[in-house]
Amino acid sequence: MSHKVLVYAEVRNGKLKSTAGETLAEAKKMLGGKLENLHAVLLGEGCEQHAKTLATFGASKIYVVDAPETNTYQGEPTIQALDQIIKKNNYTIIVGSASPTGRDFFPRLAIRNNGAMLTDVVSFSLEGDSVVADIPMYLGKCAKLAVSQSAIAFITLRPNVRPAEVVDSNAQPTIEKFSCQFDVSKFTAKVVEVRKGASERPDLTEANIIISGGRAMASKDNFKILFECADVVHGSVGASRAAVDSGYAPYDMQVGQTGKTVNPSLYIACGISGSIQHLSGMRTSKCIVAINTDADAPIFQKADYGIIADLFQVVPILTKEFKKIIE
Amino acid sequence: MKILVLAKHVPDTETVIKIVSGGKSIDEADFKYMVNPCDEYAMEEAIRTQEKFKGESVVISVGPARSQETIRKGLAMGIDRGVWINTEGFSSALDSYSVALAISKVVAEEKPDLIFAGLNTTDEGAGNVGPMVAEFARIPSLINISKIEWQNEGKALRAFRDVEGGIVEVYDAQLPLLIAPHQNLNDPRFPSLPGIMKAKKKPIAEKKAADLITDKAKVEVRQYKLPPEKAPGKIYKGKPVEEMVAEVVKLLRSEAKVI
Repeated sequence: MSHKVLVYAEVRNGKLKSTAGETLAEAKKMLGGKLENLHAVLLGEGCEQHAKTLATFGASKIYVVDAPETNTYQGEPTIQALDQIIKKNNYTIIVGSASPTGRDFFPRLAIRNNGAMLTDVVSFSLEGDSVVADIPMYLGKCAKLAVSQSAIAFITLRPNVRPAEVVDSNAQPTIEKFSCQFDVSKFTAKVVEVRKGASERPDLTEANIIISGGRAMASKDNFKILFECADVVHGSVGASRAAVDSGYAPYDMQVGQTGKTVNPSLYIACGISGSIQHLSGMRTSKCIVAINTDADAPIFQKADYGIIADLFQVVPILTKEFKKIIE
Repeated sequence: MKILVLAKHVPDTETVIKIVSGGKSIDEADFKYMVNPCDEYAMEEAIRTQEKFKGESVVISVGPARSQETIRKGLAMGIDRGVWINTEGFSSALDSYSVALAISKVVAEEKPDLIFAGLNTTDEGAGNVGPMVAEFARIPSLINISKIEWQNEGKALRAFRDVEGGIVEVYDAQLPLLIAPHQNLNDPRFPSLPGIMKAKKKPIAEKKAADLITDKAKVEVRQYKLPPEKAPGKIYKGKPVEEMVAEVVKLLRSEAKVI
């Protein structure tokens, strides 16, 4: 049996998310580089503009669903559209990002197709016909190697675990327009408005560089020095639960067990002690820098580099040094 | 209004994980357990919703005998009764599909207007079961809801879903549906002493997992593994801050290659 792979390429605010390239790259690796059965799907009016980018990442066919019902993600229409494409074309492996959107509907799609669900995986591959995935559990304290027992597998890949790969920068997309027959009687929850975030910075889960502040930040205003530093390196700013609970930062910035799981190349923890709740959200960062006055803070055990000093002295100098390097 | 809450009894977050029998299993002998933190928000919202619209609330938990502690806590907080899906003696693999399948049988029987589920758990962490249960029941699932505005005497609601980067999707939805709360939705109460006393008399119905899980798991675990040990980092102290920062930034570029 040879697998047919469909990648859900997420578009938000008219922009293709970087996770599309990452998921296509991991799926391509799983297929041993063979692109014939590696396809992708784009949803929403005007989405066709992203087809070329997906082709450069190796998608050999791209479904374009320009149904207005899917312009904004709202659950059921997206699920129905993908469900129809899967069933009509007999896809056996469906891959998406473990983004809030992917995690919202992939489990439902898996049930609708009687398939296996592999959520928030950090890598996946084939052994014979079986899909095998590496999935962190217990807040990242261990991982499991999970094997699909079903003929059809649904996978969400954690953002940022691998880079995108351009296969052919001149590739022209092969597009198949797909029109859905929606069962509108199931549309009992509808999005009436999307409120945009205040920030132009990348979302934490997709940021390449994150600088985070803890309780030691001592006030909301003090976070300004972190934003200044992040802006130099096009990074985002995070916070520990202690900082969020103290009202220094909004919940949206919280990294950790009840906040976001992040996976940047560089994570800079400022005045964060490193509780298990926080570590669980950032321990897979490729490089961790800890800045803290307390030499016994557990964060130093996880850090690649540590500076035992006052963050209010360190961060402005760090910003200056980053500027030197970037310029 | 009939409200169901899904809750799981999970290992305490401070638990140390020991992998045994060549990666085949995790040694749970020293585990301490607690109510899954996200599920406390679900229980709290169920109670608040019931306070508003009357009716009945039921908490369901799947697991061995200790799962009754999570049910009992929900009852002490104010939920009316419990359903315990007992997995003891269930020897086949359990995945999120099996758990959702078991719960879906109870949902079919109870016919709730509203289901609350935790966003995810501190053990498996996938957050699959809530959406899967909603899918089995063919009702919408609204995940990570930070605010609910009730409409039409509890027949409909407006829900605010925190997505990412500060983006909020505003949903208008009709019941029945499933909601997974965001931690900003409420502040879970501590059970009161009278609440704890009353909970002892509230009923917990037991169901056998084997009677409800009528299909094989779709995912099996082949092996567990610990993350690779990290080499000790380079920690700087006692030198002028300018010097230490310059050194670290230099290494971020030349050694770690992340800048």
